[in-house]
Amino acid sequence: MAIAWYLAVSALVFCLGAGGVLIRRNPLVVLLCLELMLNAGNLALVAFSRGHGSADGQIFALIVMVVAACEVVVGLGLIVAIHRRRLPLDVDELSELRG
Amino acid sequence: MAEVLFFIAGTGAIAGAIGVIAFRNAFYSVLSLVFHLLSLAALFLLLRAQFVAAAQVVVYAGAVMVLYVFVVAYVGGESSLPPVGAGLVPLASVFAAALAVELLIALLGSGLAVVGSTGAAFERTFGTPAQIGELFLTKFLLAFEVASYLLLVAAVGAVILARRRRGLPEEPGEPPRHVPSPGLALVGTMAETVHALPSSERARTHQGGW
Repeated sequence: MAIAWYLAVSALVFCLGAGGVLIRRNPLVVLLCLELMLNAGNLALVAFSRGHGSADGQIFALIVMVVAACEVVVGLGLIVAIHRRRLPLDVDELSELRG
Repeated sequence: MAEVLFFIAGTGAIAGAIGVIAFRNAFYSVLSLVFHLLSLAALFLLLRAQFVAAAQVVVYAGAVMVLYVFVVAYVGGESSLPPVGAGLVPLASVFAAALAVELLIALLGSGLAVVGSTGAAFERTFGTPAQIGELFLTKFLLAFEVASYLLLVAAVGAVILARRRRGLPEEPGEPPRHVPSPGLALVGTMAETVHALPSSERARTHQGGW
């Protein structure tokens, strides 16, 4: 299989994630869509790593996984804090920081 | 054989991604993402990245998604919210489609020699845990150490964010919850909240969850 096929899947998944961030209002689902976009990036990195025959891209993908785990942990902590203050879980309503 | 596996796994990945967006209940979205991640791990295996595929299944589909399921169960996945206003959904879809076209042109039309090839000649050691570990401890040692610090900071930050703070207004009308604690500063983590709820409220949350 040519590397181009993997890149095409990666691009489609990335766009689905971006569309999900635009469409959905639940911050949990927005976080899930961010995961989709990061995973699309991972797929492209691993595909290029295979194409060049060098494992550096796989290292990059593993570091992206670490960063994604950190992002998930902090995001979920924020969601729990928001829920505990009985604020609505809706990204349109959460505008306290607006100047 | 590789082609068949690629199309099965690729279709699974895209279908999982669509499911994440389309399901109303956040719980099903999480399960759909797990399916997506497993399909992606199959794609990684096809690209001969054994270690990344294993890490994807164990760390991502295993650990991180369990965290998601816990939070969805705590917060409640069912949302009555419609997606954004009626006019905005087609607009967002148009934006996403435009981005897809743009990305496909940028990736496939770039003329890079790699894109059209089926990959470099395969060596037996490519993508094995031994090679990854050696790279992590020699060439990418700094990135490895910084990543460990980042994980530590994120863990501490999550505990600080999710604990209950004193002095913040709780829901009006409801008496403040009784927290049986020795009075230390770090009370109110998620696990403690589950145990600390009064029995009547625990019953209510139990019915309302999932």
